[in-house]
Amino acid sequence: MSVDQAEIANVAALARIRVGEEEASELTQRIGTILDLVDQMQAVDTTGVEPLANPLGATQRLRADKVTEIDQRQDFQAIAPATEGGLYLVPRVID
Amino acid sequence: MLSVADLSRRLAAGELSSVELTQDLLSRIDRLNPTLNAIVTVTADSALQQAAAADQRRADGNAGPLNGIPLLHKDIFCTRGVRTSCASKMLDNFVPPYDATVVKRLADAGMVSLGKTNMDEFAMGSSNETSFYGAAKNPWKSDSVPGGSSGGSAAAVAAELTPAATGTDTGGSIRQPAALCGVTGLKPTYGRVSRLGMIAFASSLDQGGPMAASAEDCALLLEAMAGFDDADSTSSDRPVAPYSTQLSQELKGVKIGLPQEYFGEGLDGGIEQVIRAALAELEKLGAELVDISLPHSHLAVPAYYVIAPAEASTNLSRFDGVRYGYRCADPEDLHDLYTRTREEGFGAEVKRRILVGTYALSAGYYDAYYRKAQQIRRMIQQDFLSAFEHVDVIMSPTTPHLAWPLGEKTDDPVAMYLEDIYTISVNLAGLPGLSVPAGFSRELPVGLQMIGPHFAEQRLLSIAHQYQQVTDWHTRRPSL
Repeated sequence: MSVDQAEIANVAALARIRVGEEEASELTQRIGTILDLVDQMQAVDTTGVEPLANPLGATQRLRADKVTEIDQRQDFQAIAPATEGGLYLVPRVID
Repeated sequence: MLSVADLSRRLAAGELSSVELTQDLLSRIDRLNPTLNAIVTVTADSALQQAAAADQRRADGNAGPLNGIPLLHKDIFCTRGVRTSCASKMLDNFVPPYDATVVKRLADAGMVSLGKTNMDEFAMGSSNETSFYGAAKNPWKSDSVPGGSSGGSAAAVAAELTPAATGTDTGGSIRQPAALCGVTGLKPTYGRVSRLGMIAFASSLDQGGPMAASAEDCALLLEAMAGFDDADSTSSDRPVAPYSTQLSQELKGVKIGLPQEYFGEGLDGGIEQVIRAALAELEKLGAELVDISLPHSHLAVPAYYVIAPAEASTNLSRFDGVRYGYRCADPEDLHDLYTRTREEGFGAEVKRRILVGTYALSAGYYDAYYRKAQQIRRMIQQDFLSAFEHVDVIMSPTTPHLAWPLGEKTDDPVAMYLEDIYTISVNLAGLPGLSVPAGFSRELPVGLQMIGPHFAEQRLLSIAHQYQQVTDWHTRRPSL
């Protein structure tokens, strides 16, 4: 299945990655070759095969519903690009 | 050869101190790393402090087998107070507020951390060339790749900058560089080693493991690294075997399966010769060689390049320029902050994989790609489970090619992906896999891969150890 530049632009928007016009065509071509590789899967019949998500067939363990984490906000925010009064700062969203 | 087991004996006998050993390695790093680029952060001061503390513990009579032995961590493991970059511009300024479980356990065992090793960006690559800091070099031939993604760890062990290093393996990232650099590397069963603090690439495939000179060394390290972790919901609560004290099981009667699909077209003739000679050696020790088939092998790389990118696109969505890591300059609005931070912070290969993964998961394509790949994943696992009804271990070359010249495959992502053709299935099936040095072709190391049933690390390490008792390939080192 080949892919065109508009589809890649759409996927890049979904992934929140800006793609400059100069890279778009090379990126489309390279992703096309990767998808050609992946498309070899379509030749095999997988009817009735149960998908495998966890290699050990494990399911999520549950734990008691109690607080186990300590407050590390200061440590975590010390490495943030911009904070103020314990909050993360981003450009204004609502005027 | 620098060996963990040997150093452990010498430290215990008082023939050298951890401080002396650490100083020697730090000066060797100073001399050789500028050329090799295997290490991206050297923590000399804290290493010497940790070494002095280890010597003190020994004087107090509190020294375990790993006490005072230096190691390096792949720069994907979070280290409290020490930059953890994943070799990405995105995390070039990231100093974690906590230690990965693996880092903590090895420190608790008394090991001394010398620093952090180079790698492919976010572990996405097979040559180290996607690193933001430039590729590590292969110590056997400095114009060649060390393999990837744990290429810095493999190069550092091969160049004797350290007796041991940690690595991670999502599609071959421990075994392939171990093969290309001539060291021993083990990818444990999925869930054997905690993933907490190991920056996630593909969560259902990622697994940390040891890289060192010998199977015995890997056994010592795995004993300390492995085990249940309450903070990793996928970690296994099976008891950890005393790997290093059970390495003498005889090879007599052990059935070795040779998958015909791993010895076919595309395998370098020099590598095949070395592998056949290694298998003959094992036969002499009493093992029996059995031809087997893993009929869905050809579908492993295609299925992997859906599952791994899909999981990566989800995992890497957390890098958004808000909480830590890189943020673009002067964002116009929130959308611009996200999209430009991610454009500028990620390298080309990482972006390609995020986009492939996003495509595979997007509306209308899920069944054709992600679900299909997971179905094939089960077929591949079933191939192995059926084979293990008849054989004890499966062996193959670790890689189809020797270390290749830097730059040779950087323009062709698919050619690069196919370098992992013999290792990827093992991750899809969640099995343990080990690579041991088996000889040389054209003066470059060749790796023999051993694959076992789930949680059969003990068996793999023991077989590899028996092989290393009668061969000396693992002791060969480049002259630097």
